[in-house]
Amino acid sequence: MEPRTLYQKIWDTHLVFEAPGQPSLLYIDRHLVHEGTSPQAFSGLKVAGRRVRRPDLTFAVMDHSVPTKDRTLPILDANAAAQFDALAKNCKDTGVRLFDMNDRNQGIVHVIGPELGITQPGQTIVCGDSHTSTHGAFGALAFGIGTSEVEHVLATQCLQQFRSKTMLLRVNGKTQPGVLAKDIILHIIGTIGVAGGTGHVFEYAGEAIRALSMEGRMTLCNMTIEGGARAGMVAPDQTTVAYLEGRPFAPRGKDFQSAAEIWLGLASDGGATFDRVLDFNAAEIAPQVTWGTNPGMVTSVTGQVPDPASFRDPNEQKAAEMALRYMGLKPGTPMEEIPLDRVFIGSCTNSRIEDLRMAARMVAGKHVAGTLKEALVVPGSRRVRAQGEAEGLDKIFRAAGFEWRDAGCSMCIGMNEDRLPGGERCASTSNRNFEGRQGKGGRTHLVSPVMAAAAALAGHFVDVRKIL
Amino acid sequence: MQPFRKHTGLVVPLDRVNVDTDQMVPKQFLTWVTREGYGRVLFYDWRYLESEKPNPEFVLNLPRYRGASVLLARANFGCGSSREHAPWAVLDYGIRVIIAPSFADIFYNNCFKNGILPVTLSEQQVDDLFCRTEKQPGYQLSVDLEENTIRDAAGLEIHFTLDPHRREVLLKGLDDIGVSLLHEREIAAYEARMNPTAPLAPDATLYSAPAGQTAGKN
Ligand code: SF4
Repeated sequence: MEPRTLYQKIWDTHLVFEAPGQPSLLYIDRHLVHEGTSPQAFSGLKVAGRRVRRPDLTFAVMDHSVPTKDRTLPILDANAAAQFDALAKNCKDTGVRLFDMNDRNQGIVHVIGPELGITQPGQTIVCGDSHTSTHGAFGALAFGIGTSEVEHVLATQCLQQFRSKTMLLRVNGKTQPGVLAKDIILHIIGTIGVAGGTGHVFEYAGEAIRALSMEGRMTLCNMTIEGGARAGMVAPDQTTVAYLEGRPFAPRGKDFQSAAEIWLGLASDGGATFDRVLDFNAAEIAPQVTWGTNPGMVTSVTGQVPDPASFRDPNEQKAAEMALRYMGLKPGTPMEEIPLDRVFIGSCTNSRIEDLRMAARMVAGKHVAGTLKEALVVPGSRRVRAQGEAEGLDKIFRAAGFEWRDAGCSMCIGMNEDRLPGGERCASTSNRNFEGRQGKGGRTHLVSPVMAAAAALAGHFVDVRKIL
Repeated sequence: MQPFRKHTGLVVPLDRVNVDTDQMVPKQFLTWVTREGYGRVLFYDWRYLESEKPNPEFVLNLPRYRGASVLLARANFGCGSSREHAPWAVLDYGIRVIIAPSFADIFYNNCFKNGILPVTLSEQQVDDLFCRTEKQPGYQLSVDLEENTIRDAAGLEIHFTLDPHRREVLLKGLDDIGVSLLHEREIAAYEARMNPTAPLAPDATLYSAPAGQTAGKN
C-alpha cells in the first residue's frame, strides 16, 4: 500500500460512500453540541420529521453563555435562558446526553471532550464550533461545522466532505524556557498569516511538538483555525495514550490495550506525501503578544508595535492602520510598555490544569499590579476547577488578587456577563483578538498563560524568559 | 433551500481584508434560537452607533448602496467563528452574491447551505470591480450561475469557476440531508462494521461519583 498520512488514514476508515465529482460521505464518531449553535438544528430536524440517528454518539454541554459566578441564581438574560432551556429540552426529547451547567463534568466543550475521554485518536469529531480543531491533538480528524451541518450530522451521523489538502508543519529543536505551545502557534500564524492554511488540514510534527504535553498539543491544535485550516492534528504517541488511560469514556482494560495499539499505528507513514511542508526552528520562537485585531497580527514580547507603512500589501497596510486605531496603539511602542487594564486566564485554548498550574506558579506569593481593574481565572471545566482546588491553586490565585470562577467560555466571547469594557486593554489567554470579541470596544492581546500571569503582576507585558 | 440561478443587483464594496464572522453577527445575537431576523444586526458594531443610530460612515449605510444585494469583499472573507448566523444575516439583509478573492473555509461552506453564491475571483478582478463600483453610483452586476458569468452594463464579462457539485446544489436548491439519506444502506452497512474498540459506556464509578469524591484524572 502507498504510504499514507494520518489524515488520509482517518479519511479512509470513515468513508461511507464516494462517487466521482461528489463530496464523500464520511461517518462521524463523535458529535459535540453546545447551546449556541444547536437550537436551529434541532428545530430543523423536527420540522422535517427526522430523528437524531445516534444520540449515543452525541454529547451536549452548556458552556458559551453560562454564568461563572453563582449558578444558583436565575439567568437574567432571557434569550440565554431560553437557549439553555431549548438545549435541555432538545436533549431530553432526543436522548442526547447533556452536561448541563450544574453537572460536575460541565465545562467548555473542547475541554470536556478530551478530559472525559470522549475524544480519542483516529476518530472523526465535529461540533458547531470552529475550535473543534482542538481535538486533533489526539490524532483525530476534528473540525468545526455550521448549524446546517449540525442538523445534517444529527440526522445522518455523516457529513458530506471534500478531501482537504495537507500541510506538514515541523517545529524542529527545543523551545526556550518560558516559550509555550501558545507561543509556537502564534508564531506559526504570524508567519503563514490568518489565511495561510485555507483548504488544508495541518499535521504538526517535530521535536518541539513531541515534547508538548496533551494540554500543549490542544492549545496548538485549538488555534489551527486561526491560521485558516479547519483541522490540525498531532500523531498519537505514548503521551496521548497515557493521557487517555482511565478517562471515563475511554476503553478499559484489555480493550484499552488493543485500542492503544491501533492508536499508535495511526501516525503518518514514512514517505507519505503532503501538499506542503513548512519547517520552523523552535529555538527562534520568543514569547508572543498580539498587537492587532486578528491572531496573525503578532510579534515577540521584545518587539514593537509595527508601522503600518512597513507592510508591502496595500490591503494589509490598511488593515494594520485600522487595527492600531481600534487598539489605541502607536507604531514603535515597545510591547513591554503597553499598560493593561485586565487579565483573563481561560478559554478552550488555555484553561486546562497545566495552564493553571503554570500561571499559579508564576503568581504564587506575589500580587497583581495595583493598576489592574480585574484579573480572572476561569477554569475550562468543573473537573479542572476541582483539580485546581485540590492542588490549592484557587488559594494561590486568590491571594495574588485574581478571581477564581466557575467553568465556561466566559470572557473569551463575553456571551455571559463577563465582558471587557470598551476602551480597556486585556491580556487574554484566549484565541481571538477580533474587534469586540471580549466586549464591544475591548482591546485584546493574546498571550500564553505564563505571559498573562506575569503581565498581571507587572501591569504590562514582560519577557517571561528573564524571570523564570 | 431557495435555488440560485441568476441574480442582478446593486453592488456594495466592503474594502477590508479578513472580515470575521464576529463582525457580521456579534456575540449578543448568538443567543437567539431562530434562523430569521439577523439582517437587522448584520455588521452590528460597524453599522450602528449608540442606540442603533446608523453610523453614517459605514458603507452599508451610504444612501447610494441602499438595497444592495451583491457584496464585494476582500481576501479571507468570513474567517473566524463557524457561526451560521453570519450567512443567515447576509441573506436576511438581502445579499445573494458575495464576490471576493478568497473565503474562509467554514463560511464558504455555510453559504451553500443557505442559497448564497460566493464567487472567488482573482485579486486583480476584484480590484477592478472595486474601482467600477466606487466610480459609478448605482453600479450593478448580473450573476448567472447557469453560465458561470458575471456581467455589467458596460460590457464587462467575467467567467468564474465553481465546483460542479456545489453549483448543482445551488442551482437546484438541494436539501443536503435528503441527498445523504439516499445512502441509508451504505450508512447502515458502515455502522454494522464500526470500530469495536471505541466503547461508549463510560466507567460508571468515575462518571457518576459526586464532585470531590473521585479525583479521576486531570
Ligand atoms: S472558549 Fe471561546 S473560543 Fe472556545 S469554545 Fe468557548 S467561546 Fe469558543
